[in-house]
Amino acid sequence: MIYFDNSATTRPYKEVIDTYTKVSLEFFGNPSSLHPLGKAAERLLQQAREVAASLLGVKTKEVVFTSGGTEGNNLAIKGTAMQHRGRGKHIITTNVEHASTKETFRQLEGEGFEVTYLEVDSDGVVSVDQVKAALTKETILVSVIHVNNETGSIQPVTEIGGLLRQYPKIVFHVDHVQGIGKVPLHFAASNIDLCSISGHKFHGLKGNGILYVRDGIRLYPLLTGGSQERGSRAGTENVAGVAAMVKALRMSKERSAQAIKKMAEINSWLERKCLEIPGVVVNSPNPRAPHILNLSVPGIKPEVIVQALAEHEIYISTKSACASKHAEPSHVLLSMGFSSDRASSAIRLSFTYDNTMEEAEAFVEAFASVVASLKKVVNKQ
Amino acid sequence: MKYNHILIRYSELALKGKNRTDFEKKLTENIRRSLVQFPQVKVIRSFGRMFVELNGADEKAVSDRLQDVFGIHSFSPALKIELDQEKIDDGALWAMKDALPDQEGTFKVTVKRPNKSYPRRSQELNYHIGSHILRNTDRLTVDVHQPDVEVKVEIREEAAYIMCKTLLGAGGLPVRTAGKVLLMLSGGIDSPVAGYLALKRGVELEAVHFHSPPFTNERAKQKVVDLTKVLTRYGGTIRLHIVPFTEAQKEIHQKVPDKYEMTVMRRFMLRIAEGVAFNNNALAIVNGESLGQVASQTLDSMHTINEVTNMPVLRPLVTMDKLEVIEVARKIGTYDLSILPFEDCCTIFLPPQTKTKPNKEKANHYEKELAINRLVQAAVEQVETLTIRAGTNVDKEIADLL
Repeated sequence: MIYFDNSATTRPYKEVIDTYTKVSLEFFGNPSSLHPLGKAAERLLQQAREVAASLLGVKTKEVVFTSGGTEGNNLAIKGTAMQHRGRGKHIITTNVEHASTKETFRQLEGEGFEVTYLEVDSDGVVSVDQVKAALTKETILVSVIHVNNETGSIQPVTEIGGLLRQYPKIVFHVDHVQGIGKVPLHFAASNIDLCSISGHKFHGLKGNGILYVRDGIRLYPLLTGGSQERGSRAGTENVAGVAAMVKALRMSKERSAQAIKKMAEINSWLERKCLEIPGVVVNSPNPRAPHILNLSVPGIKPEVIVQALAEHEIYISTKSACASKHAEPSHVLLSMGFSSDRASSAIRLSFTYDNTMEEAEAFVEAFASVVASLKKVVNKQ
Repeated sequence: MKYNHILIRYSELALKGKNRTDFEKKLTENIRRSLVQFPQVKVIRSFGRMFVELNGADEKAVSDRLQDVFGIHSFSPALKIELDQEKIDDGALWAMKDALPDQEGTFKVTVKRPNKSYPRRSQELNYHIGSHILRNTDRLTVDVHQPDVEVKVEIREEAAYIMCKTLLGAGGLPVRTAGKVLLMLSGGIDSPVAGYLALKRGVELEAVHFHSPPFTNERAKQKVVDLTKVLTRYGGTIRLHIVPFTEAQKEIHQKVPDKYEMTVMRRFMLRIAEGVAFNNNALAIVNGESLGQVASQTLDSMHTINEVTNMPVLRPLVTMDKLEVIEVARKIGTYDLSILPFEDCCTIFLPPQTKTKPNKEKANHYEKELAINRLVQAAVEQVETLTIRAGTNVDKEIADLL
C-alpha cells in the first residue's frame, strides 16, 4: 500500500494507540472528580498540557484542548467575533481558506459581520500590503491559513504578524492544521494570538486538537457548561485522546527536522517526474510546503484517477477531503488563476515522515500507466 | 550570524573579599545547573569574568534561564569575533540591527582595546565602526550622550567581543552560600514568595508543609509539591517535609477554646517546624507572614506565637503590601498555582471568631490541657520527606505515556 493522502489524515502511530488504550483503562476518572482517580486523570491532563506547551514553545495556560481543527477554527473565529462585536464587525481573511474557516465566515456574514476576502496571487499567497490596505478602524480579526491544504502554498504569516504588531487590538488567528510538523512556525515571534492544530494530521487520533490562545486573549465560548479548559470549552475532557495527541506531537517533533528535508526531496523529485508524463501539469507553487503536491491531468476526471490508482493500492485525493465530494472546480485553484478545466481536474499527493523514495518511484510508474490508459479511453484511440 | 557568548556580571560579590572565590564557584555551579537543558553550553570563569559559551544554543532561551539565577547583576549577549577588521565591522552592524530590529533610533560605539598590538586605536575604531553602521542603515543616528543602544566593542588578545544590550539579572547572592533555612510552605500566595526572597539572599532552602488528611486532600498536597517545583527554578533541588498534622490539629480543636484555637495551632506548627529544622541542620525558619494582614499576623499574634521558639524566624514579607506580594508571585510563576481553590490546613478548622490580640499567658494556660511534647515529637518523627528536583514537571509514569 502506498498512502499519499496524509493531508486528509494520517495513520496513528502504534505508540499513540498504546497510550490511548492505557490511559482509557487506567486513568478513566473524570478530571473534575475529587477522589484519587479524578486527581490522577487531572494530573495526567495537566502534565499533558505542560508537555504540549513546551513542544509548541508556549505557556501551559495557553493550550486549549479541542476536538480538532474544525472546532479550533470555529472557536477562534466565532469566539473572537462574538467577544469583540461591540468594538467592530470587520474581519479579514483570504479566498483560499479551508471549509471550516470559510463557512464560519459565511455564517458570520449572515450575522451582520463584514468579511474581506483577500485575493491570492498565482502562487496562492497574499501579501502583507494587501492585509495592510484592507485594515479599517472596524477590523477586529485577521484569520489566515498557514499552509494551504490543497496546494501547499505558504502564507507570509510571520510578516503579517509583524504588521499586526502595530495594531494590538486586532486579533490574529492562524489555521496551522496543515503546517504543524511540516512547516515550522514560531507562534510568539509571529505575533500570533490564536492558532489551531489537529491531532490526526500528525499521527494522533481523530477528535483531538489544540487551540493556542495567547495569554490575555479572551474568547466567547461556543460550548458552555463546566469550567473545563479555563471556561473556554466546557465538557468532560477527552483525557485519553489528549494524551495520545501529545504523544504523537512529541514523536513528530523529534523527527520533524530530518523528515521535512526528506519529504521535500521526494516532493521535488515527484514534481520533476510527473511533469515528464504527457498531459500532466503541476499546480503547486514553488516554494511550497514539503508534504503537498497538487497536479492536474486536464481532460480526465480526477475521481477516475483516484479510483484507478486505488486498484494499485495507491491512495491519493482530489483537492481537499473536506470538499472532495462536491464535483465543483477547486476554489483555491480558480483563485490562483487556473482555468476551470484545470481546477476541475486536480489531484493531491500528500506525504508524511514515513513515506519513501521507493514509494514515490512506484507511484510514478503506476500514475504514468493510469494516465496513458485513461487518455486512450477519453480520446477514443 | 548569531550571538555565541553571554558575558555575566556579578552583583554583590565584588564586596565579599576573601570569600569571593567561593562565591564565584558557587555561582558557576548554579549557572551550570540552571542550564542543564542546554548540554552544549559551557560556563567559563576567568580573570574575574564569567562567560557562557553558547555553542549553538538559543541566546534568548539561555538568557531566559539566566534571569532566574541569583547572584547575577546583569548580563550581555556577546559576539566573539576573530581579529579581522571587516568581520568586526559586520559583527557590530549585525548586533546593532539585532538590538533595534526597526532600525530606527540612536546609537554610539564604545571601543576598548586592551590588546595594544591591534593596529588601530580605539578612537579611530569608534569612528570607523560607527560609519560602517551608518552607511548600512537608513534611520539610525549617533547620539553620544543618551543613545538607545551602546555598541560595545572589546579588542582582546584572543578575539574581539561585541555587545549591544544589557539584561538585568535577578541580583542577590548565589543560593547555597548563606546556610540552610526551613520554609513554612502553606500553598497560599505568600509563603512561596517568602521562599523566593530567602533564596535571593543566598540561603539553601528546605520546606515544611502541614498536611491533615482527610481534612485536607491530596490535591492540596500536590499543589505544595508543584509550588516547590517552581521554587527549584531558583533554588535547585529542594527537600519538602510533609508533616502529618491531623492528630495535633484534632486535639487542639477539642481542647482549646475557639478564639485561641488558631493561635495555639500556629504555636504547634512553629514547634514542629523547629524540630524539623533541628533534624535537618537548618539555622532559621522562614515564613510568609506580613505585618497586620490577618489574625495570626498582628504584632500581638506574632509575639504570642513566636514565644515557643528561640530559632530565628525570618519574615521576608513583613513590610510588604498584599499587592506587592502578588506582583512577585506572578513574576516568579507561583501565583496561578497558589490561587487554585483547595483547602489548606489553615482554613479547614478556622473557628468563627479568632482573637486578633492573643496574649502569651492565656495561650500557655490553654496549652496545659495538651500533651505538647508527645504531639510535637510524634509529628516530627512521622515526617515524610520528598526530594523535589528541578527540571521536568512530569511524573515518570505519565512521562512514559506522553
